[in-house]
Amino acid sequence: MSLIHKTAAELGRLIATGETSSVEVAQAHLDRIAAVEPKVHAFLHVDPDGVLAQARAVDERLAAGERLGPLAGVPIAHKDVFTTADMPTTAGSKILEGWRPPYDATVTQRLRAAGLVILGKTNLDEFAMGSSTENSAYGPTRNPWDLTRIPGGSSGGASASVAAYEAPLSTGTDTGGSIRQPAAVTGIVGMKPTYGGSSRYGLIAFASSLDTPGPFARNVLDAALLHEAFSGHDPMDSTSIDAPVPPVVEAARQASVDGLRIGVVKEFGGDGYQPGVLARFQEAVDLLESLGAKVVEVSCPSFTYALPAYYLIAPSECSSNLARFDAMRYGLRVGDDGTRSAEEVMALTRAAGFGPEVKRRIMLGTYALSSGYYDAYYGSAQKVRTLIARDFEAAFHQVDVLISPTTPTTAFPIGERADDPMAMYLADLCTIPSNLAGNAAISVPCGRADEDGLPVGLQIMAPVLGDDRCYRVGAAVEKAFEDRWGGPLLKEAPAL
Amino acid sequence: MTDTLMPYDEALAQFEPVLGLETHVELGTVSKMFCGCPTAFGAPPNTHVCPVCLALPGSLPTANEMAIESTIRIGLALNCSIAGWCRFARKNYFYPDMPKNYQISQYDEPLCFDGYLDVEVDGRTVRIEIERVHLEEDTGKSTHVGGATGRIQGADYSIVDYNRAGIPLVEIVTKPIPGTDRLAPEVARAYATELREVMRSLGVSDVRMEEGSMRCDVNVSLMPRGATEWGTRTETKNVNSLRSVERSVRSEIERQAAILADGGRIVQETRHFHEDTGLTTSGRSKEEAQDYRYFPEPDLVPIEPDPEWVARLKAELPELPSVRRRRLQADWGVSDLDMAAMHNADAFVLVEATVAAGAPAADARKWWMGELARRANEAGTTLAALPITPAQIARVTELVASGALNDKLARQVLEGVLAGEGSPDDVVAARGLQIVNDDGELSAIIDQVIAANADAADKIRGGKIAAVGALVGGVMKASRGKADAGRARQLILDKLGVTE
Repeated sequence: MSLIHKTAAELGRLIATGETSSVEVAQAHLDRIAAVEPKVHAFLHVDPDGVLAQARAVDERLAAGERLGPLAGVPIAHKDVFTTADMPTTAGSKILEGWRPPYDATVTQRLRAAGLVILGKTNLDEFAMGSSTENSAYGPTRNPWDLTRIPGGSSGGASASVAAYEAPLSTGTDTGGSIRQPAAVTGIVGMKPTYGGSSRYGLIAFASSLDTPGPFARNVLDAALLHEAFSGHDPMDSTSIDAPVPPVVEAARQASVDGLRIGVVKEFGGDGYQPGVLARFQEAVDLLESLGAKVVEVSCPSFTYALPAYYLIAPSECSSNLARFDAMRYGLRVGDDGTRSAEEVMALTRAAGFGPEVKRRIMLGTYALSSGYYDAYYGSAQKVRTLIARDFEAAFHQVDVLISPTTPTTAFPIGERADDPMAMYLADLCTIPSNLAGNAAISVPCGRADEDGLPVGLQIMAPVLGDDRCYRVGAAVEKAFEDRWGGPLLKEAPAL
Repeated sequence: MTDTLMPYDEALAQFEPVLGLETHVELGTVSKMFCGCPTAFGAPPNTHVCPVCLALPGSLPTANEMAIESTIRIGLALNCSIAGWCRFARKNYFYPDMPKNYQISQYDEPLCFDGYLDVEVDGRTVRIEIERVHLEEDTGKSTHVGGATGRIQGADYSIVDYNRAGIPLVEIVTKPIPGTDRLAPEVARAYATELREVMRSLGVSDVRMEEGSMRCDVNVSLMPRGATEWGTRTETKNVNSLRSVERSVRSEIERQAAILADGGRIVQETRHFHEDTGLTTSGRSKEEAQDYRYFPEPDLVPIEPDPEWVARLKAELPELPSVRRRRLQADWGVSDLDMAAMHNADAFVLVEATVAAGAPAADARKWWMGELARRANEAGTTLAALPITPAQIARVTELVASGALNDKLARQVLEGVLAGEGSPDDVVAARGLQIVNDDGELSAIIDQVIAANADAADKIRGGKIAAVGALVGGVMKASRGKADAGRARQLILDKLGVTE
């Protein structure tokens, strides 16, 4: 088996034992990137010389006897919203084209310290706003399963790079489903940790109270290893939780659902769900029961209002978070010809630098926060948020985890929903409640839809700081399905 | 266009003023409100900055606990209730000196609320009610280059220094203050003065109005005498001294009265005070109120001060200025009138420091309110700005008490210190100002003086001791003031064989 097809855990072991080197592993992935990037376009930035230099440095650290983590020397791709001191960071926007941050995000810095080698920065919907990566200012990323389809979003470059074997691991961010939905539609694993479990410092903000960094991998254990490597309290992020990281790696190895109580969310299903998605989901339910779990139906009535609440809260926060992009200190500057006022330059720059979806959300949010509308919109949305958290709380009194399809449909064709924001927003129907409540949720592959042969994801939701349960159940499902399929789902993807 | 003013007495005859003050105080914390950058004043532009206070993409604020503690102490000193739970809020508006284009402030959940501060004006106590004390961050400082006014309109270009961006700022807002009548300007000044003293006693800020570490916005409205509904108010900014607080209120009363008496209406607006003319000019109109789209700051967790901690902070508050003044007045045995004079001359703190440095209270007060006040007045400056320290005054009083100097020489020593000639001892040495204590030298001078004034000497010998004054005067003159007059008198009497 070639290096690019190995798991991250296996690569880490081979590098640690000296059976291969970080440089060899990096080179294998750089070769793969060179071969498939013209088709996939997962990356916004790759600097092969820089990658090899990092890999050599890790090899030297290991040779010098430095004790690094289990992923030392393993390559990783970062979503281009994490600041990197040695690479440009654009958030997929023209307004930050060419910006080089003077500092590393906490996630970046911790993974560097653990010896991971940064392959490059991955494509995304501009400022992480979207579900298809079509909103990137630098062109769409394509789904390795079908190059005419979207890889999900906003972390579509992150999911595609891992599904296309360009990287064994990648980071993403999940504000309304931006890790789980891309993972589901590309047939890989994507985890949204508990809000506050992973640091937002150096993550370019979309919606501060929702944004959550998390891992992508081709299997549950790899995701857990990555999760553990960058998580934990960060004094630079005051919303970061000062508590031990849940035992996610141990849970992924445990891979058992025997005796667990699992709740099926009653509100997710029916109209708007693709039959093939519902069929695979039902199979997963049956599988869990066969593995010894007790599956019950649980009602979470407020979940119905999650989508509208989200589309008030997220745009409100983004309208304020994105105010700093004003051409004064960094990034694009338009119209500064010596005759225009600062205010005019700000307006021209923002008009030219932001794409249509970002502008739509800034306007939505500005409106929702306006005097006289605040209570009706932002205020009401916050109340819905509280109700959703209570629904989760009540549900987790009855069951250990909740499950649902990750997304109502499989990957849709590029362009299909580009002019229909409402249709696009529905892609996050099942994922948004966990963002509003801040709890943990993972997406793992559960087969392919009969009608289009594309991957379907199973979402497993756990309480706040119950991240380990996601991994435990996810790994059990993965193991049982792989036994049935004769290997990972991704093996069934067409060659690129 | 200059505004028409109505003479103050006439304005007060027709209208009653209602005041309101919003005061911003920069806290003297070591680091900024939401990052670790230093707060020191006067560093080269844009050197005290980091990703957080420059609002680089991805950066996040973390709240300065010392600033929260200082704000709570201010609230306690102003008799406020302290919130058990409150949040920061974002105040959204675009301006180049505000890196995030929102200010982290507090909106409907201030840290401290519902307090008061008593001030003394004209022998009566006026209670100023405090609406709220909240914590926020300062903006950067814009300098507009070119153009006539130094304002952004008409400037060729503007430069921004972000060293100030993110310095913790406490805003103290009074409730409307009616009923001050013709004392409104004095009440405003007395409030600002007292507030400054409270800040000093807490040690939370250097409260230098000229450096902008304390800034007052003064709200004034007028209503016709007998009316019950308050008029439209204006908010005057750029009020950079205590004197300006008083002058701006007076000038705004005179301006609004002229407009109202003429049947006009007051425009709700921001006005700017000008030190040189003592007048205000129109700034930004607030008629179309700016919508700041406040919402709770999602990057920061709520503040939940532990009640036990708050109780401890309250117990550990220092003696507050009004209490201290009453105590010291008793200690020093000073009349109400003299206390008021010291307070008005901003001499109280200086006198207190001089006493603390070892001087008797009467002497400390005498020098600051006499010789030094005169010199400050001549130099067109304030007592605090004179280049002399309370410790130096204390040293001078010590030299006088020990007999090394008399008052006349002491004045020369002060002149030398003020002229930059060094410490009092340096000046005494350099100018040779010691009283002549050497009996040998003094004796020689006395012999000359007795010889030159034989008539007077005879009278003394004959029992007319009062005539000794003339001889002492002669000795003082001959010694150019350096002789110890008491010692000279004794020696003269001894030489003439006279005993008292």
